[in-house]
Amino acid sequence: MQDNPKVSGSLRKRLVLTLIGGAALLAFLLFLAVRNFAVQVAQQGQDNILFASASSMLDAASLRDGVVEVDLPYSAFAMLTTPADDRVFYAIYEDGTFLSGYDDLPFFGSLDDDRPRYRTAQMRGATVRQISAHRTLIGANRRINLQIVLAQTQDALSETLDRIFRTAALLGVSFFALAAAMSLWVTSSTMGQLNRLTTSVTRRGPQDLSPFRNPVPQEMAPLVKSLNSLMGRLDHSLSQSEDFIAEAAHRVRTPLATVRSYAEATLQRVDKEENREAMRSMIKAIDESSRTAGQLLDHAMITFRADQMERREFDLVELLRELVLQLAPIAEMKDLALNLHGAPSVPYAGDPILIQNAVRNLIDNAMKYGPAESAVDITVTAGPPVRITVCDEGPGFPADEIDRLTTRFARGQNAEGKVGSGLGLTIAQDVAGAHGGSIELSNREEGGACVTLLL
Amino acid sequence: MKFLLVEDNRALADAVASRMRLDGHVIDHAEKLEDASAFVATGDYDLILLDIMLPDGDGRTFLERHRASDLDTPVIVLTARSQVSDRIGSLDLGADDYITKPFDHAELEARCRAVLRRKSGNAKTTIERGGIVFDPVAGHLSVGGVGVTLRNRELRLLEVFLNAPGQVFSKQKLADRLFSYDDDVSENAIEVYIGRLRKHLEGSELSITTLRGLGYRLDHAG
Repeated sequence: MQDNPKVSGSLRKRLVLTLIGGAALLAFLLFLAVRNFAVQVAQQGQDNILFASASSMLDAASLRDGVVEVDLPYSAFAMLTTPADDRVFYAIYEDGTFLSGYDDLPFFGSLDDDRPRYRTAQMRGATVRQISAHRTLIGANRRINLQIVLAQTQDALSETLDRIFRTAALLGVSFFALAAAMSLWVTSSTMGQLNRLTTSVTRRGPQDLSPFRNPVPQEMAPLVKSLNSLMGRLDHSLSQSEDFIAEAAHRVRTPLATVRSYAEATLQRVDKEENREAMRSMIKAIDESSRTAGQLLDHAMITFRADQMERREFDLVELLRELVLQLAPIAEMKDLALNLHGAPSVPYAGDPILIQNAVRNLIDNAMKYGPAESAVDITVTAGPPVRITVCDEGPGFPADEIDRLTTRFARGQNAEGKVGSGLGLTIAQDVAGAHGGSIELSNREEGGACVTLLL
Repeated sequence: MKFLLVEDNRALADAVASRMRLDGHVIDHAEKLEDASAFVATGDYDLILLDIMLPDGDGRTFLERHRASDLDTPVIVLTARSQVSDRIGSLDLGADDYITKPFDHAELEARCRAVLRRKSGNAKTTIERGGIVFDPVAGHLSVGGVGVTLRNRELRLLEVFLNAPGQVFSKQKLADRLFSYDDDVSENAIEVYIGRLRKHLEGSELSITTLRGLGYRLDHAG
């Protein structure tokens, strides 16, 4: 069973969004900063010129015979000339009384100190920058305060600022584009490391539990380390259970073998029929238990192998021929013929040990139930599905039980007196199931049972 | 025939050895690989029965060494491991066959016979007596120059008689030697095999006598 992991969010999305969002915010702040700075600098420039112009006007004023004379110098206006032909307004006041210029330009400065005052205001439908400055003129017997207000429209300034804003915006957008591209690149190269690890873990065969050795970035080292430790533990516990099954088989079988051999040797020596009968029952019981133990362990081993099955290509006919050769001495004891029929070669991809064990169980059954000097026929036909049929000339399956016999520990009514565990067909079925197949039980018309392994 | 049994479990070894002596075989027993090597070096064995798990090493290393030497004494491996895991491994290393513990003695005998037959030329074990020439390995019997190949049960029956001439065997005793214990054998079956064997022995000096109520005996006329 494969459980899909619960997905919550995406690292890639989060990384991209954070980086791009950050870049956008930074680009916007950069634009604002450049704009404010530009406005300040430009304003400062205009203010300086206004101040210079106002100063030169005030400097040109004089108090002659108690009369204020202001001779507005040409340079005071020349320095205010701009490429955008900004308009200039002025107003001159003497102690608060309007003297000359535009009377809608009031004085807004303070007389307490000498610092000029600046402001931006609306005048005659245009935004203007104004300066108010004053100067105290001291004559022979009179002192007066001369105040001057100078205003200039801001057309040239806004043109300049517009240009600066456009440049700043372009800069901001370029910065954003570059940062976004970089964040995408950084994200995909970071994710690439993860993906490479994922690929190399996925690509491993089901049996490969060796530690992961490719170099990984420092941040991923703990992950790989715990992955390796997990695989190590898994490998250990898998090989432990395999060893355990093998060891258990050894421990159970050796003493049984001793008892059986003694019983057999004793049986040949004793003459009294009731003693002989007892020995025979004993041997039968030993056979029963050793066969059951063996098949239980085989069954465990098969379940274990089927769980982590690794398919490989092999020739089924070759495998069956080998199996028949191995079983021939047992068949010979009952003067049974093991006949292998069918195609000369049937290539198949699966687990040969599992399939061999399944067919061995089927042939064991056939040899057990077939009468002496009969034949056991093994037929293999290429698929799909590949069919391996084992038929004997015995009594056949009881018709009413044929569906029940593949369940664990189930045995036919007519199996009485035969040593068996009822696991043989279960094993065959499990093996077929692991290869995506099934088994079929049937009776021959001329008598005898057939079991077909469909792979 | 002469066997070497390499098995560390003494009880099992004793049981197997006593059962094989009953069939008229000579059997030496080694408990360790070291002893086994010494036995092989000095004795001329027809067959080696080798346990895989031994106190001083893995039987498979012995197999490898044995195969590397010039001796081609056949080896049958006795294994208690699961059928699924390492049967194939021992065959790859040059065992001629294997048998899983616990084993039916008749199966062991059958496997020995099969291995010896494959390696024939190694064992010359024909028995000549009373006008017959009998090769128990090949299962071949010839009487007065006319040869016949015996079926397995006929052959084993003849072996039982030839190993103990003059001894009386009850039907039950013969059945125990011939059939596996889960076969429900009627006493008729024994009569069938006795009948066949009598036919095969016609023309020789050997005959099987029926002793009513007691069993059968092989008699040598002359």
